[in-house]
Amino acid sequence: MKVKIDASGLGRSRWYEYFIRFAFGGTVTALAGIIAKRFGPEVGGLFLAFPAIFPAAATLIEKDEKEKKERAGQHGNKSGRAAAGVDAAGAAMGSIGLGIFAVIVWQRLPHSALALVLTGATLAWLVASVAVWELREKVCRRARAKWSRASDRQPGASAQQQSVDQQEVR
Amino acid sequence: MEFAQGKATPRTRMNDILLRFIVGGAVVSGFALLGDILKPKSFAGLFGAAPSVAIATLVLTVSTQGKVYASLEARSMLFGAVAFFFYALLVSRLLIRGRRSVLPVTALSMTLWFGCAFGCWYAVLR
Repeated sequence: MKVKIDASGLGRSRWYEYFIRFAFGGTVTALAGIIAKRFGPEVGGLFLAFPAIFPAAATLIEKDEKEKKERAGQHGNKSGRAAAGVDAAGAAMGSIGLGIFAVIVWQRLPHSALALVLTGATLAWLVASVAVWELREKVCRRARAKWSRASDRQPGASAQQQSVDQQEVR
Repeated sequence: MEFAQGKATPRTRMNDILLRFIVGGAVVSGFALLGDILKPKSFAGLFGAAPSVAIATLVLTVSTQGKVYASLEARSMLFGAVAFFFYALLVSRLLIRGRRSVLPVTALSMTLWFGCAFGCWYAVLR
């Protein structure tokens, strides 16, 4: 599946959706600072990888997908949940890159310039996350091809499993 | 480990919190916007785990507490990232296979993040 840039979604988002993200992001960043001051950097640091805006973002994805399906005259509950679930699967892959970001900052920051370390670590996060996503796409493509061959031999046998998998990689 | 902390007045402490709120909100919103314009959804989801809070926090922490303090935060962040991985995996499974709606699943699964992050912290760093 090819990665595409589609800015049409920006027009559909409402002002309060941006405000919610800003407020959640700002609150968690401020809380991380307060917790670090109170309990030390070892505890405060945990919150640098806190899924801050995740529940809000997933709820917005569910709502958007549900509305889209309902405009098309379909029941949107299930596809709303699935869309948020697929987004969460992406976040799980991104969190592997997040761990690499943390290791680079932990190891390099005391010896190098902040801007250099943060730029390098962010690039490493992006490259690692995209590589994991690509790898998963390849594995899923192979699995789909295998199921497709199997269902050719046994019509209808694996159709349900195939549809679940297709839903996952959308 | 002790760190030099200047005597911050309530006013400077409030300013610091406000600055963190604004910078954090801006960086998180920026990464979220990037996620909004990318397709497919699983790829856009990568930006749900962007190091947005970390970038905002580390920039401000280095300027006030120094690099060693910030690098210790980054070490703990590794455990937070491990917890994030299991959290996102659980949420994904529950939403794709289950029938519960998004908000209760994402909110209740936070207990897994807390358990995993603080469990790692307790086992390794304490």
